[in-house]
Amino acid sequence: MNVLILGGGPAGLYFGLLLKKADPAHNITVIERNPAGATYGWGVVFSDRTLTSFREADPKTYRQITDTFVLWEAIDVYYRDEIIRIGGNVFAGLSRRVLLNILQERCRELGVRLIFEADITDLAQLPGVAGADDFDLVVAADGVNSLTRKTYAHIFKPDLDIGKSKFIWFGTTKIFDAFTFIFRENEHGLFQVHAYPFDGTTGTFIVECAEEVWRRAGLDQAGEAGSIAYCEKLFAPELGGARLLSNRSLWVNFVTVKNKTWRHGHIVLLGDAAHTAHFSIGSGTKLAMEDAIALANMFEQHREVTVALNEYELERRPRVEALQAAALESQTYFETIRRTLDLEPLQFTFHLMSRSGRLGYNNLRQRDPHFSEAVDRWFASPPSTPPPLRGGKGGGRLIAPSPLFNPYKLRELTLVNRLVLTPTPGYSASDGLPNETHAAQLDRLALGGAGLVLTEPAAASPTGRITPGDVGMYRPEHIAAWKRITDFIHANSTAKVGLPLNHAGRRGSTRPRSQGLDRPLRTGNWPLLAASALPYTRHSQIPKAMDHADMEQVCHDFAQAARMAGEAGFDLLQLHFGHGYLLAGFLSPLTNRRDDEYGGSLENRLRFPLELFAAVRAVWPEDKPLAVALNVTDFVAGGFDQDEAVTVAQTLRAHGCDLIEVLAGQTTPESNPPYQPGFLTPLSDWVRSKAGIATMVGGNLTLTDEVNTILAAGRADLCVMHPLALDD
Amino acid sequence: MHVGVGLPNTTPGADRELLINWARQADEGPFSNLSVLDRLVYDSYEPLTVLAAAAVITQRIRLATTIVISPLRNTALLAKEAATVDVLSGGRLTLGLAVGARRDDYDAAGVEYASRGKRLTEQLEALRAYWEDESFGPRPIQPNGPELLIGGGSDHTFARMVRYADGYVHGGGPPKTFARAAEKARSAWLDAGRPGQPRLWAMGYFALGGDAAETGHAYLRDYYAFTGPFAEKIAAGLLTTPQAIAQFIRGYADAGCDELVLFPTVPALEQLQRLAEVIGH
Repeated sequence: MNVLILGGGPAGLYFGLLLKKADPAHNITVIERNPAGATYGWGVVFSDRTLTSFREADPKTYRQITDTFVLWEAIDVYYRDEIIRIGGNVFAGLSRRVLLNILQERCRELGVRLIFEADITDLAQLPGVAGADDFDLVVAADGVNSLTRKTYAHIFKPDLDIGKSKFIWFGTTKIFDAFTFIFRENEHGLFQVHAYPFDGTTGTFIVECAEEVWRRAGLDQAGEAGSIAYCEKLFAPELGGARLLSNRSLWVNFVTVKNKTWRHGHIVLLGDAAHTAHFSIGSGTKLAMEDAIALANMFEQHREVTVALNEYELERRPRVEALQAAALESQTYFETIRRTLDLEPLQFTFHLMSRSGRLGYNNLRQRDPHFSEAVDRWFASPPSTPPPLRGGKGGGRLIAPSPLFNPYKLRELTLVNRLVLTPTPGYSASDGLPNETHAAQLDRLALGGAGLVLTEPAAASPTGRITPGDVGMYRPEHIAAWKRITDFIHANSTAKVGLPLNHAGRRGSTRPRSQGLDRPLRTGNWPLLAASALPYTRHSQIPKAMDHADMEQVCHDFAQAARMAGEAGFDLLQLHFGHGYLLAGFLSPLTNRRDDEYGGSLENRLRFPLELFAAVRAVWPEDKPLAVALNVTDFVAGGFDQDEAVTVAQTLRAHGCDLIEVLAGQTTPESNPPYQPGFLTPLSDWVRSKAGIATMVGGNLTLTDEVNTILAAGRADLCVMHPLALDD
Repeated sequence: MHVGVGLPNTTPGADRELLINWARQADEGPFSNLSVLDRLVYDSYEPLTVLAAAAVITQRIRLATTIVISPLRNTALLAKEAATVDVLSGGRLTLGLAVGARRDDYDAAGVEYASRGKRLTEQLEALRAYWEDESFGPRPIQPNGPELLIGGGSDHTFARMVRYADGYVHGGGPPKTFARAAEKARSAWLDAGRPGQPRLWAMGYFALGGDAAETGHAYLRDYYAFTGPFAEKIAAGLLTTPQAIAQFIRGYADAGCDELVLFPTVPALEQLQRLAEVIGH
């Protein structure tokens, strides 16, 4: 084959040498814009798994790489005045210049033609060689600003996403002995550093901050020398007199590159030209060289160029997309990191380590038991609350259970652990009365290990029911029926019992959900109330837009239900502000179209839910916690969103709300949540950190590992679990 | 988990005799279901018509579409056809619906391709109402109408499934891709407060004995040619040995599948017998 490789970076050189090695008959040319010795950037990072693939692909360059790289197995986190070390994370760092030299040398040895200082601005005029059409294969390894990708943009359909943060890529003479994260705040804001060693004398030192911080610090005007001076001063304690080095270092925004396809006829995009992933999760060089290996392998299996390129993209794309998804999580984490600065160092570090969803509690325990146990001990007794010891010295725990098995206190209620269990609704009640099936289900959960058992949502009035089979708290005999259940659980288990109170709003008067959602009753419908007179589906009953008398009645119903719940022995009460029911209907601009003081601004949309909350808080015992199940986003464009949810949570907290259960979606039938286990966790993390309120989160959590990861990272305080054994 | 078998209704070369004998023998066991596929622009039999025939010559086995390309069909007629098959089979129909993946099927049916998702949603809204309508008839034997499944892979699929259907039908692949889809289905189900769990169906392709593998691979490459290079991947997933089938079944059972369908790729009755021997063990 006649092969042209555009770009003499690691992807282009490595592919060139691998292909030539497989079949010396190939005629391969690499064209590079820069001189042979020039390189921008400092070091590159490889995981141990990537190194293994290098060994299989080409043992000779593998040996040269491993002769010069720096291996480390720890991550250091500098945060507040502490340095926390997490072991068991094996990575290798290597100078980019050395890597390129090794690859260039190997190319020459194998007979790959290298042309340097050929600045190509038009693909039709390739200097020194014939046009692209004369080649059997053209590999566009021409980097993040790929000319090839721009030339055929209508084919590749690139999607470039510009990151919010500013970052700059320095070298440093500081010798770090681990991958190092530094978080430092000054009068301008928060700066973070990603640093790692790559040879005996130099390291990579990337400084990142929010764009407004960058402007406040005057770095937009500072120039290269000014930026170095600023950062050397800021990080003087960590640098300990070492210097920062520049090599055309500029402040830039990270660009995430994606393409609809990576191939066009006999042209293929490789490395950064095809895809980039935020530097906080690994290096682009790793991805680029893995691309080269995968593509070279395809040419060993397929003679036809287009078939090989098809196969290459099929094989490689899912892996790259998975990594890009994790990288986006990590990038977003750093872009919104300010909200996590209230976390204490160990929890902050755990949150950092688990940011992309790829590492969890059990992984970290395996990598570094010391770190993991320190997190457990911290979780069981944070230093802010030292146990009283004789002589006054703070003690703290010597051993501790995993986060899940720690108690939690809300007002005067103490839960023995962080596990909340709730039955799947059966819609089998008769006029709101819980029956033997309800009792048996709740007993099973209480005796099965729950700290808190939440019943299925109970209606505060017969017309507030979703279906005729809903449980309720509105008839005098409901008190005794529920009391029988709470008494049994209190007498026979350590679990506490909570009652969620609901009014279905425009989702009421429907059939049990065994055959689907929101199907109106065939007979025996009752009138519906809602913020506005909009039916839930095309077939739903049109609700009445509530007037003042309706609002008073609903507040009265809830207050009465709260009093009854107290008598029935419930330990916690929860009000349902989610899933498109009555109160969520007031909060969402999609369903609240009122033009009075209960519609329009968020303050107005929150007015009735808040009045109802206050009415309940006034009668619910002072020593017992009151929770709200809140939709944090509607998952519909133009709906209630995460920022409004923070304001609502803060307001509720100020009015005596103790806990937010995080919910999302179902506001309208168009709502389209990204369903998968844990899909609510980022929303819980957001509300908890931004509104400073305790949260409870579910979302199909079936494993204790998932729960421990959420709790240890401070993404929630309680987890609603659906244990696997429940389905057996 | 139960294991069923596909009828070769989209395997060119399958004739009247094969379809009839296949259905009769499948009914004798050890299979739990007899399922059909749907393609318009291909040498294949219409799925619900085939199941109507199967209904009257079988006694026991569940009859399923995995799937029917719903938007191609008139909703009222689809409802009536499904109700008819349910009655003819004595309440044994499982109706799996999806938008399919082929534009040429839509062009041939004269149905707009771009709005297929919206149309499926509208159809789902209407189906159960037809089945409940006394004046429409026939009333399906199953009290809530035929078991209803949704196929597909987008977020919309799971939102539709949980709103309208009884479960999810997966389109094929290794057990771990099914496991990821099954987790999404269960997450949606739990979040919506539906009682119990979604019914989870899945499928694979087999070719057993002699040079069946070669014929099977060729068939899958042809049947899935419209997916481009992906056809090769699907062909590579063909189950060609008893060992591969045993591991496939084990993988799907572990991932929580309720009903697995193994589809033939060679239109020969001995394929059914070979599969019966493997499953029977």
